[in-house]
Amino acid sequence: MIRILRQIFRTGIVTDRTSHIDDPRIKVVGINLDASSKKCLRRSMTVRQVDAGSCNGCELEIHAMNNPVYDCERLGIHFSASPRFADVLLVTGPAAINMEIALRRTYDAVPAPKIVIAVGDCACNGGIFGETYASLGGIDKVIPVNVYIPGCPPTPSDIFNGFYKIFL
Amino acid sequence: MKRLEDTLVAVFGSDATRDENINPVTCCVPAQRFAEAAGILKESSAFLCAQWTTDDTLADSHGGFSVYACFREGAQYLIVKSALSHDNPAFPSLTKHYLPAYRFERQIWSLMGVTPVGHPDSRPWIKFEDWRKDAWPLRKSFDAAKPMPRVAGQYLWLRAEGEGVYEIPVGPVHAGIIEPGHFRFQAVGETILNLEERLGYVHKGIEKRFESMSWLSAVKLAGRVSGDTTVAHSMAYSMALESMTFCHVPQRAQWLRALFLERERIANHLGDIGAICNDAAFSFMLYQCSRLKEIMLATNHKLFGHRFIMDRVVPGGVTVDIDDNAKNEIRSELDFIEKNFDKLVAIYEESSSLEDRVRNTGILSPELARQLCTVGVVARGSGLSVDCRVDNPCPPYDSLAVEAAALTSGDVHARVWVRVVEIRSSIRLIRDILNAIPASGIAGQCNGVSPDSTGFAAVEGWRGEIIYWLHAGHKGEINRCMIRDPSSVNWLALEYAIKGNIVPDFPLCNKSFNQSYSGHDL
Repeated sequence: MIRILRQIFRTGIVTDRTSHIDDPRIKVVGINLDASSKKCLRRSMTVRQVDAGSCNGCELEIHAMNNPVYDCERLGIHFSASPRFADVLLVTGPAAINMEIALRRTYDAVPAPKIVIAVGDCACNGGIFGETYASLGGIDKVIPVNVYIPGCPPTPSDIFNGFYKIFL
Repeated sequence: MKRLEDTLVAVFGSDATRDENINPVTCCVPAQRFAEAAGILKESSAFLCAQWTTDDTLADSHGGFSVYACFREGAQYLIVKSALSHDNPAFPSLTKHYLPAYRFERQIWSLMGVTPVGHPDSRPWIKFEDWRKDAWPLRKSFDAAKPMPRVAGQYLWLRAEGEGVYEIPVGPVHAGIIEPGHFRFQAVGETILNLEERLGYVHKGIEKRFESMSWLSAVKLAGRVSGDTTVAHSMAYSMALESMTFCHVPQRAQWLRALFLERERIANHLGDIGAICNDAAFSFMLYQCSRLKEIMLATNHKLFGHRFIMDRVVPGGVTVDIDDNAKNEIRSELDFIEKNFDKLVAIYEESSSLEDRVRNTGILSPELARQLCTVGVVARGSGLSVDCRVDNPCPPYDSLAVEAAALTSGDVHARVWVRVVEIRSSIRLIRDILNAIPASGIAGQCNGVSPDSTGFAAVEGWRGEIIYWLHAGHKGEINRCMIRDPSSVNWLALEYAIKGNIVPDFPLCNKSFNQSYSGHDL
């Protein structure tokens, strides 16, 4: 136990305090993600992630958002285990034909305002997998999308920027 | 040691024709003796690595199909091939000899429409029940660009009956940030009687997609077969292509590839150890390990321009080089990671509550691991000492001292410990690479691909052995690209390892396997 505590104290707080904002519009409006989401959603933002056919590269970066360096919870972004508690659906990958029904059902289970963020090139337009018998292309072929975050995969900073764009 | 093809030819006589100009050696046998050949190789304790079919309509004169099986024994690979007729393609099933043929052959039947005669399970695999029965996407006559209409259909799950038996369906959308797949448990109380996996949700038609791409641009697709293994996949594809085109890869590029590969291994193993401990409610380790992993990814981004080093390995070489500053940066980064990692391992070892969860959980016995022809971390946790870097070292691994980790207990702890050993050995390897990396160019020229040629490569990714087999058509285009991710064989092993465990231990066992859905579903 003493080793664990020593390691925790030695590590200290490693969170990167830079704001990750690179969209000039956001700087002008001066959006504070935590405050905006509380105003819009009356609480912090709850996110459900769905892989609709990704290569799992985007998942790695969404995982990284939760690591101590990026620590998304400090900005009021919380990942939920069920779509029924979610404000935001974070969808990765091209819409694979075998995932189409599951994706629709997950979307139906999300309560209003049903904000959908497409993460990665594949989710935006099908990416390298294109539109074939097995891949329907971008996520917007199946459900309506509010924010697109391109990148292969987008870095955690890119994904944070996408979250700010909900409130633009 | 007797070579596999000699053993086969000794029994088959003139029925087996071998072609030694192809790498690996390929033996053609009559279709009706296909399973018999596998039986003989099984007796020589060969493993079945992969099984696949090609549609030769456009490639050669006989115009039918061919079925292939790739075997490995120690350092040798052998491919056995049989030509099949066009109108009624069928071959005798290998399932009597090899367990992994169970899934390979279901996949062959589902996607190519070639029948494995005597296969015990005729349900489709990867192909879902709402596809048309005659939708065989890997056939040349199938138009991949057309959307596929859905039809009514039902998947028949295995059933368990009896007093107190109940079912738990899980997925495809899971609770965590992971890929989709369906697991169906039959349980009594907390004990799992049986687990049935159903995968295929992230099938994106990758193998078919390859056939519409050019040889050089397709490496980008190979790098996205499984995003967490992007270096190993693009390296395996590139090496297979280089073997077809007799391309000379500069030495420095080979060493840089090894550097990328080992960095990918460390980063993913760190993430896995953290996630496994987190599934045993030891979240301290998740935060510590994911912090170390993040340090590696940030360095990758700074030095190589991509956090996962995606698209940096290309046919002929690599696209980024390192200078002395970069070398020093990597050295000091590794010193920091090693120092912290050693402290974490000491904590792992002395936490009795963690030990209670990981020891004797999800045991895959060495006998089963062998029968299932498992590869990679899973195999090495169950006493199978298989590692391409040791068995079939491509340069620079032939001049670096790699040891294959091997534990025999086959439980979650063994799979964690294999990762611990490999992180330490990869750190040492990277230091050796930085000290000895030769000076030369980093990009070679790939020549044109000659018609009807084949290429093959096996690379030890962080999950295990990745195999690419490429086949050029009569115009020198991609006729077939066969991808065998380690997940294609190891997923089946999870079904066996979980039997008799309790339901709450499933996430822990699953995480200790950590197979790729995307690499399996293709």
